[in-house]
Amino acid sequence: MSFPWAQEYKPQGTVSKWVDERLPLPRLVFNSLGAGYPVPRNLNYFWNFGVLAGFALVIQIVTGIVLAMHYYASVDGAFNSVEHIMRDVNAGWFLRYAHMNGASFFFIVVYIHIFRGLFYGSYKAPREMIWLLGVTIFLLMMATAFMGYVLPWGQMSFWGAQVITGFFSAIPLVGEPLRQLLLGGFAPDQAALNRFFSLHYLMPFVIAGVIILHIWALHIPGSSNPTGVSIKGEQDTVPFHPYYTAKDGFGLGVFLIFFVAVTFFAPNMLGHPDNYIPANPLSTPAHIVPEWYFLPFYAILKAFTVDFGIPFTGIIIVEAKLMGVLAMFGSILLLFFLPWLDTSPVRSGHYRPLFRKFFWYGLIPSLVVLTYCGGKPPYTEWVVLSQIAAAYYFAHFLIILPLVSRIERPLPLPNSITEAVTGKPLEIAAA
Amino acid sequence: MVRLVAFFIGLFFSGMLLVGLGDTVIQAIQEPAQPTAEHEFHEMPLAVSFAHDGPFGKFDRGQLQRGLKVYSEVCAACHSLNLVAFRDFAALGYNEEQVKALAKGWKTEVPSINPETGEAASRPAIPADKIPSPFANETAARAANNNALPPDLSLITKARGDGPAYVYSLLMGYRDQAGYKNEEGQELLKEFPEAATPASLHFNPWFANLNIAMANPIAGDDQVTYDDGTKATKAQMAKDVSAFLTWTAEPKMENRKSAGWAALGFLIIFTVLAWMSYQTIWADKKH
Repeated sequence: MSFPWAQEYKPQGTVSKWVDERLPLPRLVFNSLGAGYPVPRNLNYFWNFGVLAGFALVIQIVTGIVLAMHYYASVDGAFNSVEHIMRDVNAGWFLRYAHMNGASFFFIVVYIHIFRGLFYGSYKAPREMIWLLGVTIFLLMMATAFMGYVLPWGQMSFWGAQVITGFFSAIPLVGEPLRQLLLGGFAPDQAALNRFFSLHYLMPFVIAGVIILHIWALHIPGSSNPTGVSIKGEQDTVPFHPYYTAKDGFGLGVFLIFFVAVTFFAPNMLGHPDNYIPANPLSTPAHIVPEWYFLPFYAILKAFTVDFGIPFTGIIIVEAKLMGVLAMFGSILLLFFLPWLDTSPVRSGHYRPLFRKFFWYGLIPSLVVLTYCGGKPPYTEWVVLSQIAAAYYFAHFLIILPLVSRIERPLPLPNSITEAVTGKPLEIAAA
Repeated sequence: MVRLVAFFIGLFFSGMLLVGLGDTVIQAIQEPAQPTAEHEFHEMPLAVSFAHDGPFGKFDRGQLQRGLKVYSEVCAACHSLNLVAFRDFAALGYNEEQVKALAKGWKTEVPSINPETGEAASRPAIPADKIPSPFANETAARAANNNALPPDLSLITKARGDGPAYVYSLLMGYRDQAGYKNEEGQELLKEFPEAATPASLHFNPWFANLNIAMANPIAGDDQVTYDDGTKATKAQMAKDVSAFLTWTAEPKMENRKSAGWAALGFLIIFTVLAWMSYQTIWADKKH
């Protein structure tokens, strides 16, 4: 650990000493989630969401493994096997609803976790690697969630798979062969369902692996904090255990209350009724929409309506469809470059008056609008709104943030975390 | 370099979106979207309340039994209920003998084979069987219904928005198209003469495209005779069968709600304790 005052793991009994000398796993836990990890004392509730996201992954893996014992990946049997789980498997309805809503809650906490990072500048030096791994986890989550949504083989499963794999066919030349390679056929069918099931089971463990790297990278510089000021002395920190284990315990309780309220009392609120209709390749639903957590990206995809070409010649360089696909992937991939787009040395949005304005009055509203419009049919009003919001989204990250970092005059920072919290200057103990 | 490239990519994407915005607006002005009959005349489900509504709601067993009667005597002529087995009817308050009798007396028999010759045959249902479909296959169902396919009803209340109210509204929603007006007082056939219902279909403003292949299944009162003496009005039958179809779609609803309250109770206690330990541990630490 990087802080000299971090507590050291001292095995007490003979057994723990024996283990520690051979495989210091308890020491690793002690140093990463125990008293051996000094954490800033001023973390607010937004810092609960990393632990909550980890817990949500555990919920998904545990319920998912049991569901897979009863699920049957076949175009003829998948839909009915899910209903068999809902009706005849002991507590199967609970497992299925918990898994279905668990995915939504996983995205809710991860989105809050990402916005925490965006507002408090958690992506800035020296924490770029944590951010890059985080965006990777987000991408893996999206792929996993998409493939999981296909498995019940309802109408939205099938047509969602049709639309999303269709993105690849927008790529010039190799697009259509690539799509066929991904699906194992010309349209979503048995081959696609089988491989989606296989990958859906694999990817959570890949995510767990990247999470380990994410936490490893976090433990090099230690946690960021709401002031964005680096830790300067022991007074600035508290040991993770018991301080943050207690706080995370409380946060977990609140999270689970929301999760349980939705899972048990409105389990289908976040889903789409059409997915209770068995997949039918011959009948296209009136409005194909993805799950709510993909709606902002779906809105970006649909917002591109004109081809890019040379005016008055009819020469098209990039078709609107391809541009939409590029922009949709680009809207996530640009997050990888964020640490180098926002060059302001001040991390926390609290001390960045201009950044804060663009964040609250620009980025957040544009994402709310995109989420809302993503679920709407392509009527003029929704298309216009999503075009404005999507234009802002790209401008925010690619144009506004670099400029703001350059022209903004940040507010004066506190000298230390301790000073910000207690009003008294930090006393650095003489070594 | 990163920022320069980003700037141009941002300019390109945002620029193309703004061009698209202009294009969308110009198109909307030049060719404003025409209102459609579906858009103007499709009705949202009627407000209707059930005993099973809300976080404490439980099914009304008597209503479910009446709903089963409506299903078996009216709907089952065309609509299957593939995901429900006769044994499941025990949850409606029938005992083992009654379930056996229900299975045995079901109008449609279960497809089977003749054990001697192997030829296709049928046998009376037993409690372990799923409700037999009225038609042997999709082709037969379409052939009997003017090429329309009656959907399976097992999940219908979950497969439509506001499902129970939707089923109720649809059953109550058959109207005479001539002179039909919506709440704004627009007359359908005057505004959209081309929206006249084709001969083989039936006008129903609660159906997505206003014209449904199913003829009005509950034409009037007393179409079924309830065993419990309840007066079988049209609205009563529509409501009972909607409640029954809510049960077929979500047979474990009551377990779900009671388990939900237990889980919430546990979590509230857990969260209060966690809050107290959080406060105690942080008592001497300003943060």
